[in-house]
Amino acid sequence: MPGAIQSVERAAAILRLLGGAGRPLALAELAAALDLPRPTVHGLVRTLRDEGLVDQDRTTALYRPGAGLRRLGGGWDRHDLRSRAMNWADALAGGTGCAVYLAAPVGTVASLVHHVFRPDGSPQTLRTNTEQPLHATAWGKCLLAFAPVATPPARELELRRYTGRTASTVAMLEAHLAAARARGMATDVGEFETGVGGAAVPLRSGGGLTVAALGIAAPVEELFGGGGEPRRHLAEQLQHAGREISASLVTSR
Amino acid sequence: MSEPRTSAPRERVVAAIDQGTTSTRCLLFSRSGRMLAVAQREHRQHYPEPGRVEHDAEEIWRNVARVVPEALRRAGLEPENIVALGIANQRETTVIWNRHTGAPLARAITWQDTRTGPIVARLVEEGLGPLYASTSGFGPATYFAGPRLRWLLDHVPGARAGAEAGDVLFGTMESWLIWRLTGGPGRGVHVTDVTNASRTMLMDLRTLEWSPKLLAALRVPERMLPEIRSNAEIYGVCTEVLPGVPVAGALGDQQAALVGQTCFAPGEVKCTYGTGAFLLKNTGARIGGSAQGLIPTVGYLVGERPVYALEGSIAVTGSLVQWFRDSLGMIGTAAQIETLAMTVPDNGGCYVVPAFSGLYAPHWQANARGVIVGLTSYITRGHLARAVLEATAWQTREVVDAMNAESGIPVTRLKADGGMTADHLLMQYVADVLDVPVERPLGSEAVSLGAAYVAGLAVGHWPDLEVLRANWHRAAMWEPEMADGVRERERENWARAVARSYDWVR
Repeated sequence: MPGAIQSVERAAAILRLLGGAGRPLALAELAAALDLPRPTVHGLVRTLRDEGLVDQDRTTALYRPGAGLRRLGGGWDRHDLRSRAMNWADALAGGTGCAVYLAAPVGTVASLVHHVFRPDGSPQTLRTNTEQPLHATAWGKCLLAFAPVATPPARELELRRYTGRTASTVAMLEAHLAAARARGMATDVGEFETGVGGAAVPLRSGGGLTVAALGIAAPVEELFGGGGEPRRHLAEQLQHAGREISASLVTSR
Repeated sequence: MSEPRTSAPRERVVAAIDQGTTSTRCLLFSRSGRMLAVAQREHRQHYPEPGRVEHDAEEIWRNVARVVPEALRRAGLEPENIVALGIANQRETTVIWNRHTGAPLARAITWQDTRTGPIVARLVEEGLGPLYASTSGFGPATYFAGPRLRWLLDHVPGARAGAEAGDVLFGTMESWLIWRLTGGPGRGVHVTDVTNASRTMLMDLRTLEWSPKLLAALRVPERMLPEIRSNAEIYGVCTEVLPGVPVAGALGDQQAALVGQTCFAPGEVKCTYGTGAFLLKNTGARIGGSAQGLIPTVGYLVGERPVYALEGSIAVTGSLVQWFRDSLGMIGTAAQIETLAMTVPDNGGCYVVPAFSGLYAPHWQANARGVIVGLTSYITRGHLARAVLEATAWQTREVVDAMNAESGIPVTRLKADGGMTADHLLMQYVADVLDVPVERPLGSEAVSLGAAYVAGLAVGHWPDLEVLRANWHRAAMWEPEMADGVRERERENWARAVARSYDWVR
């Protein structure tokens, strides 16, 4: 069994120092307390800051325990997510002609954090803050597949049958999730609303944790090609937007 | 399933430069109005004294020369792909430079700078207020470029003599950039556009020419002024940065957003929510009245006839959220105010009036200062977050009320853009208090898009304004949901809170 990882030990020591100091600390104080060179400590504390576990004052440059420590396990603020994703979501709607959704897991449902209308002039209603079933939507299944800790296991869900295509047994749902994991993308071929399809990819923050799902919605025949796979040009744009938003979630908050 | 490609025609795109208060950006747009790439560089803010804010015009020019090639690189395009270049700029920021060397004589005085108070006060004392109001559209104010130019002529060594000898030129940022892009010393084209010129306090709003009377009153030599041109025409051809590309459009940033939001019919209103907020209403051929504390201005001139606009500006909107974040430390990011506000169902009776440096339209109360009223032991951070967001909505309502009173024709919907449209709770509240639908267009870059549109129109890339309407797509719409009784009660409470902010500074 390998020994303890030194940089993790040192990061823990920095957090203990900041938590116990009762006042913000300078880089030099941290370096002195740990008896380490400043560049080493700077690299550690900057990584902790980027992860939200340490805050740095904008004017004094002093460090203190970060807001992220108080909400360990709470994940990203949903409105920070929307703000990071908004420009890419608009570009995705413009490029694909589809409606765009951003969904986060809340208990046993997918909660819509953001909604961009399908840009075709048709009357649409804003669905932000509405809740949708995890097992019957592309974004819901994406969260089940890629955020297994933040969502309940399939056997604990009430698998209500919304349409003839809804995955209404645990075995069927597990098969859908396995396919989503294999493809890196979850799909909905009219499983929640008849005729309305969806495709969704995970948005990953620092360390690869899935924090939300980014999805596009359109009529099933528009979204999917002959083999039941999402059309390639749509899938590529969705994956590209997902990667770009994820990249913005990894860099400093 | 990739389709066989025939030899693809060369992609033709329009470039826009958005020369803003804190940064300079270059954006590239496709024919359908889609943004293809963006590059951005911030410039330094100089604060030599309280109330003074300056920019280095040379630094801004260098940034233009960097962001344009960077945007091209990101889009994988060459200068040959650019059919035209348009400029949208921070308005009222004033620079003077030597026409032989190209060097600015001083740092540019920005629109936030209030040093011209004494110059403006003297104009009012001399009884020139009515002359300015009837000719330029509004009475003397530190907000506009003309008094800044006078300050430079009075205080910068050699400025007045140089201007009178024809060696020194004046411009707002679009003039400066067009002159540099078209070759600078010896070759540069010295022009401005009607929207920027309408913010100088020196132009006759009817004739769209420099007013000899207004120039004389501020002792500005006419020969230092740029020629006033329409918003969509080829001013010149770039010799720098994008050699061979026509510079074919310029607009002040708020007018650019009016065009980018395709508010081409009289009565259409856009609001850009940023640090402050700017509402512009298209008034067609009619010059609006300034009695309601609104500013009549040129909306755009594309072709023969000018389209006028009525402007209401709100000093503090997004900056109130920044204050809530940075000075009070209530939230970690601006977006989190929505999370905090959603922890409570209403404002709990608390109101925040952000009269940090007085109130702008429609009150124009320089001596007002901010107040928080209705505090009880019941009030939590969540209620304060609500009150902060609601302040932006109620200030919007006040300007819309003034616009409705001015024309007698009510605003029926609001096209919103800018960073605060990310806040859905706020946008819903704006719709609720206005009692009209609020819409957000796809793509939040209305300012840059407007600059691209006028430049593309000038070179025939787009045939006319109506074609551009098809490029506007609704990304979201918030419908009013508030009960009339609640709206009226809250409006009265807000008005009482505002009254308490008046005359705090003595």
